[in-house]
Parts: sequence; structure tokens; C-alpha cells
Amino acid sequence: MGKRERLSGNEAVAIALRQINPDVFPAFPITPSTEIPQYFASFVANGQVDTEFIPVESEHSSMSAAIGASAAGARSLTATSSCGLAYMWEELYIAASNRLPLALALVNRALSGPININCDHSDSMGARDAGWIQIYAENNQEAYDNMVQAYRISENADVRLPIMICQDGFITSHAVENIELLDDADVKNFVGEYEPEDYLLNSECPMAVGPYAITDYYMEAKRAQAEGMRNVPRVVEEVAKEFAVISGREYGLFESYRMENAERAVVMIGSAAGTTKDAIDRLREKGEKVGLVKIRLYRPFPADEIAELLKNVKAVAIMDRAESYTNHGGPLGADVMSALYRARANALAVNYIYGLGGRDVRVEDMEGVFRALEQMIEEGDAGETYRYLGVRE
Amino acid sequence: MSNHTEIRWHGRGGQGAKTAALLLADVAFQTGKYVQGFPEYGPERMGAPITAYNRISDTKIRVHSNIYDPQYVVVVDESLLESVDVTSGLKKDGAILVNTQRTKEEIIPHLRGYEGDVYIIDAHKVSMEAMGRYFPNTPLLAAIVKVAGIMDEETFLREMRASFQHKFASKPEVIDGNMKALEMALKEVH
Repeated sequence: MGKRERLSGNEAVAIALRQINPDVFPAFPITPSTEIPQYFASFVANGQVDTEFIPVESEHSSMSAAIGASAAGARSLTATSSCGLAYMWEELYIAASNRLPLALALVNRALSGPININCDHSDSMGARDAGWIQIYAENNQEAYDNMVQAYRISENADVRLPIMICQDGFITSHAVENIELLDDADVKNFVGEYEPEDYLLNSECPMAVGPYAITDYYMEAKRAQAEGMRNVPRVVEEVAKEFAVISGREYGLFESYRMENAERAVVMIGSAAGTTKDAIDRLREKGEKVGLVKIRLYRPFPADEIAELLKNVKAVAIMDRAESYTNHGGPLGADVMSALYRARANALAVNYIYGLGGRDVRVEDMEGVFRALEQMIEEGDAGETYRYLGVRE
Repeated sequence: MSNHTEIRWHGRGGQGAKTAALLLADVAFQTGKYVQGFPEYGPERMGAPITAYNRISDTKIRVHSNIYDPQYVVVVDESLLESVDVTSGLKKDGAILVNTQRTKEEIIPHLRGYEGDVYIIDAHKVSMEAMGRYFPNTPLLAAIVKVAGIMDEETFLREMRASFQHKFASKPEVIDGNMKALEMALKEVH
């Protein structure tokens, strides 16, 4: 039996980690993720976990220590935000290329500058090509549920890749909301013991981790990494099915909200999807055929499945909470538009940049996006496909 | 109380507006409601204006934006009346609660023509008498629960005692002062 609670997103993730009881947690604080190691440190002090908690001197070190621990054969993780993730940059690639299934609890925050502590996705979007699995949450419940499922995905023998569990800084990390927690024993059984296949502390089978790869081998290593990534969607779905049995909550690669017979759709990631659902309900009450595709798994990107869902809509707005300075849109926009092209879809597509540095998104803003889609359909033309939502020009 | 209540708190960093919003979410949760309590930070420094928000509902809350048209506004620091448009979007059938040592008649001219109900409480007096220190958020929490009719007083006091017993497990001597502040505030707010 689960337990009804009210928790912030950070506290919820910290509780998931207590229930998982990982082996090693090196950490360096940065707003708004600081509370995760802070709560966890109290679990360590109270003897509720037997995790080796290592306060280190930087994010470069926290990720390095998590990598070292994972290579040694431990279940490890760390937490960070924004510039902390940027400071881990080279290690992100090391973790992925060494096929280390460690976890990162990421609380999304804008990258500097100007210095800003609030939410956008510029930190994790910048890391989208690092070879990590990326899973995003709409609210505290999803952040908790995703954390519980993380190691089952990353440690799967067909995957063995690091996993980033993302939630929106302040908007979900610091908002207290209702949540349903699982029993400690159910989480423990679900996650299971970590039994690494090859690891440094195995004296029976000495090995090297992270050696030089000459040109003759480097490309095969990267191809093998891509193969692991190719298996991720199947494993994510399998793990979600098992998770539904213990939680009653269903997850997939993405969530499709009121997409049945939808003519206009929004694609987005994170907490603003909840706000969009309220906008959709208002418009559906007036008989408007509108829907939402909320991305859960962003890396790897479930392009074919999303294109299939969007193939029959007349117009779609792809919402990016990050710039990528291509002069034609953001990262999610690029992914969705190329998926639509490959599926030979005819939908008129437009890409919005929104919510940078915590810029608020209201239900009315999302109603406005659906109105803009309606205008595109009337005119039979997408017009300017690279737009900003809620900015002063 | 309608089935969806929205409250906006205006305070200054360090006065506990965020904590009050989280405590309100906490106590409303105990009565079976869906709740949200969250802060909006500006510059992280003591004394800077901060805003905190509450949604309390009979149904699941999905919206994740700030609150622009609240039913209730709580002003923790009355000096904000001059610098922040605290009644912005405040519904006419709602109310504003101001922490002040002045009279209601003296406060109303500073509310930019707000036509709804105005409540005041001297949280300084309550806090000093009950706890010997100035923690405005405890009296204001009780006052807004009463003004907004979030729950009956008996349930509120019972749930808050349980919450304080948990929160102050290591310093139980402060529980009585906090409880006294809540009880006094329920009587003082007008």
C-alpha cells in the first residue's frame, strides 16, 4: 500500500533515493538541487541508509567520484543543476562511453548568463548528445516515480548507460504538492540488488577502464554505445509495465493527452505540460480538437512513435525551454520536425522558445499557442516557424 | 469555501512568507485537500520582496504557473504596500489580510482602490506576547485560515499541534508559544 504525502520535488527524489539505498553518493551543492543531497545527508546521519556519502569540492569531482565508484562496481549517483552540470561536462562523456549505469538527479536551471537561478532546460539540453539517457517529469510524483525506475533502465544488460532524471527547478523542486509514495519494501524489491558484470574490484577478472582507443577501435566503441541506446525505449517500456504493477501509475516513452481526433497539438517537456492540460480541457469544453504530447524520454528520442501520433494533426507547436541558436528553433523543435519529415507528415509545424530563466507560463499563454495554430490552419501556412512566447521585444 | 482557493503571499526575504505558505499547504493537506505551496524568488537576499503562493482544491492540481487573480492576498510586511501592487488581480469577492499596527481605516487608502474585504492583524503584538520574538508567519497563518475559511478552528489547532510536535521534536519548549500565537491570532484578526 502506498502512502499519501505532500512533498516538494526535491524531497520526493531524496526519499526515492533513501528507498533505493545506493552504494555511493558524492555531492556538491548548487541551487535548486542542493536539497537532494541535504535531505539525503540526514538519512545517512540517521542511519536510514548505508550509502557512502562523499562531500566533494566541486561538481567535476562529484561526477568523477560517481564514475569511479560505478566502475568499481557500486551503484552510484550524484545531483546537480545548471553550471554544476556544465562543470561535469567531460565526465558526462566518460560515464557514457565507459557504459557506467550511474544516475544523476538533475534539477533543471538556466545556465549563466545573466546569472539566474530559475528553471529552463538549457543545462540538460546542452548535454543531450553526451550519451546519457534523459527522462523528464511534469511534477513531484513523476520525478519520484522516474527516480525509482532509473536503475532498472540504466543497469539493464542491453543498455548499461548512465541516466539523467530531470525535473524543473523551483517549479517542481520547491513546490509542495500531493504525492503518493511507495512502501520501502516495494521499492527495494523493484529496484533489486546491483550485480555488475565487469567491475574494477573483481580480483578474479582484472580489467582496465577508460583506456586509449586508437582510430581502429574508437568508432566501434561509439557504435556499441549507440546500440545500447537503441535498446533503451524497449527497456523503458518494460520497466514501466512492472512499475505499474506496484504503483498503479502508467508510464511510457511520452504521454499522449487528449490526442484522440486532435487537429492541433502541442509537444513539450516538463512542468508546463500540466498547465497546458488545463488549457486543453478549457478548449475541449468549447469543442476544440486540441491535444498534448508530453515527452518523458528525450534521449534517446522516440521519433517514430511521436511522428505516428502527430501524422494526422493539421498543426503542431513544439515548445522548447532552451535556445540552441540555430536561428530556426530549439533542440526539441529540431527533433520533432525531423521526425515529421521522415514520416512524410503534412502537419504545419512551428517552434516556440518559452519559459527561459523561469519566465512564467500561464494557462492563457497556452490557449494563445492553440489560437496561433488555428490561424496557421486557416491561412494554410505556418508563417514564422521560430517564435518566442511571452517575451518583451 | 469554494472548491478551488488561490492565495498569494507578499513578504520580505527572511520573514517566513514561504514557510507560512508551505505550512498552509501542509495543514490543508491534512484535511484531505489537493494542495500546492511554492515560493517565487527574486534576488536571494534578506529583505528583498518575495512572493509565495497556495492553491487548495478538491481536485488534482496540474497548473504550474504563478497566481495572478487570487481570492486572497496576505501582506506580511506592510512597507510593501508602497512598493508592490499587492492587490493586483485580487478578486473583489475575496479579501486582503494585512499585518499592521495601524487601523483598518488607515490601511484602506493604501490599497489602490481595492473594493473587497480588508482584514488586519497586529502579528507583531501577537508574536511578542505569545513567543517573545517576532515571527509574523505563525499568527498570519492562523489569520488567513480564518479569513479564507479553509477549515474549522478546532481542526486547524489540532493539526497544527501535531505538525509542531513533529517539526519541533528537538525543542518542545517552543510548541506552546506557537500554539498560543495561533489561538491569539484567531481572536485578534478582524
